[in-house]
Amino acid sequence: MRIPILERLTAGDVLVADGATGTMLQSAGLPTGQPGEAWILERPEEIIKLHQAYLKAGSQLILTSTFGGTRPRLKAAGLDAQVDQINRRAAELARQAAGDDVYVGGDIGPTGELMPPLGKLTYEHAVEVFAEQARGLAAGGVDCIYIETMGDLNEAKAAVEGAKQACDLPVFCTFSFDTHGRTGMGVSPAQAAQAMAEMGVDAVGANCGHAPEEVLDFLPQMRERAPDAFLIAKPNAGIPRMVKRQVVYDAEPERMAELALAFVRLGACIVGACCGSSPKHIAAIATALHD
Amino acid sequence: MPNEGFFQNLAQAVIDGLPDRARALAEEALRAGIDPLDAIEQGFKPGMDVVGDGFAKGELFIPDLMMSGEAMKVGIATLEPELMKRKQERRVLGKVVIGTVQGDIHEIGKTLVATMLTANGFEVHDLGVDVSAQKFLDKVREVNADVLGMSALLTTTILNQETVILTLKEAGLRDQVKVVVGGVPTSPEWAEEIGADGYAENATEAVEVVKQLVGAV
Repeated sequence: MRIPILERLTAGDVLVADGATGTMLQSAGLPTGQPGEAWILERPEEIIKLHQAYLKAGSQLILTSTFGGTRPRLKAAGLDAQVDQINRRAAELARQAAGDDVYVGGDIGPTGELMPPLGKLTYEHAVEVFAEQARGLAAGGVDCIYIETMGDLNEAKAAVEGAKQACDLPVFCTFSFDTHGRTGMGVSPAQAAQAMAEMGVDAVGANCGHAPEEVLDFLPQMRERAPDAFLIAKPNAGIPRMVKRQVVYDAEPERMAELALAFVRLGACIVGACCGSSPKHIAAIATALHD
Repeated sequence: MPNEGFFQNLAQAVIDGLPDRARALAEEALRAGIDPLDAIEQGFKPGMDVVGDGFAKGELFIPDLMMSGEAMKVGIATLEPELMKRKQERRVLGKVVIGTVQGDIHEIGKTLVATMLTANGFEVHDLGVDVSAQKFLDKVREVNADVLGMSALLTTTILNQETVILTLKEAGLRDQVKVVVGGVPTSPEWAEEIGADGYAENATEAVEVVKQLVGAV
């Protein structure tokens, strides 16, 4: 039986997270253009299989398949009548796959909408939709709320506030620094870390992004501004290129494993991968970290 | 006679991304009898160029470009009635149809390209996201577009850029329109592989590529 995730991290353990979700579901037959969330209720066995693949590879923290599980995103997919059900069920499926020893992070991604003055999503409404998602995830039995791929600092703050309103679970938040070392909205790792630390987020970090090597620069910047937070590194498996009509990410599993070791030396205690990765990358990371 | 300082104020309103200030200055320009076309080409437009450069260099980011684009749009809209009265119009460099391909809902990059093209004098028809090959085709035909721009961010939807090109070919329209692609997984090699005419890495580069394709450089 697992101890609470923050106790585990405080004890100095490094946890291997999981890798890409959407591309895995697509290779299992999810049609292009259809969100993975649709399969949570329709094809739960495929969601379980996805989790099992990463568990077998050595993941000690798996994320629910709910990146697009906020109301605005589900609405775009015509699934907004089932926000609570989808998030709760996704958490239950991950929990079922994970068993008693592996942690489950309740995954929350951006709403896909812009906040004023660029767009119409108000801070208050954003807090509401994030809280709604977090409630479903918490009810399904996740160990922590895991917010990721954030670009807008205000949206990230709204997500954290919503998560904290919804439950008492630990809250993690990572950003995608994909544009010249900042998020597309211009947020630097230092700014992100400081804002998250001020809100009492338990773990901060970088996910997705551009080249995974860049995370080597981001971690020290985040450590400096958030000295008490745990650090997360979950980058893409390289940069995508088209080769013979196929998108290929250029970081091999061995490279991701080397980088994972370097991330841990810089203080990361949750390490995984994002776009372009597969259970092979996670297996290489797990082997390297636990040798 | 307007002084250079006034044009610089117009540029600065765009650089600072202040739509209200751009509107107020445009009204001031009208009251002072300044040629509205000069206000655009010597004022707002150079401001947008500065922002485009900063964006390409990684000094400015999405919000900066969006707010500057909005300021420029509001400024031009304020000058519009006077332009019409004087039977003037900005020289249109070309007609561009733009959108994100079917199955892909990523909007921001495509919208930034549309904003920059509009700021630089192109007539832009933005079809939004999740645009089918047929919709692209119909619009290209309807407006007699010079350029078609397609965005794709997902590793799975990028293939639809090729589908659209094939659809254009089947309809016999491929030779009448230049095709430009963009989005994270795309590259110059990908553009060549699917028979596109150009590729751009960001909104600033897109303007240069499209200008070259229509011979406006």
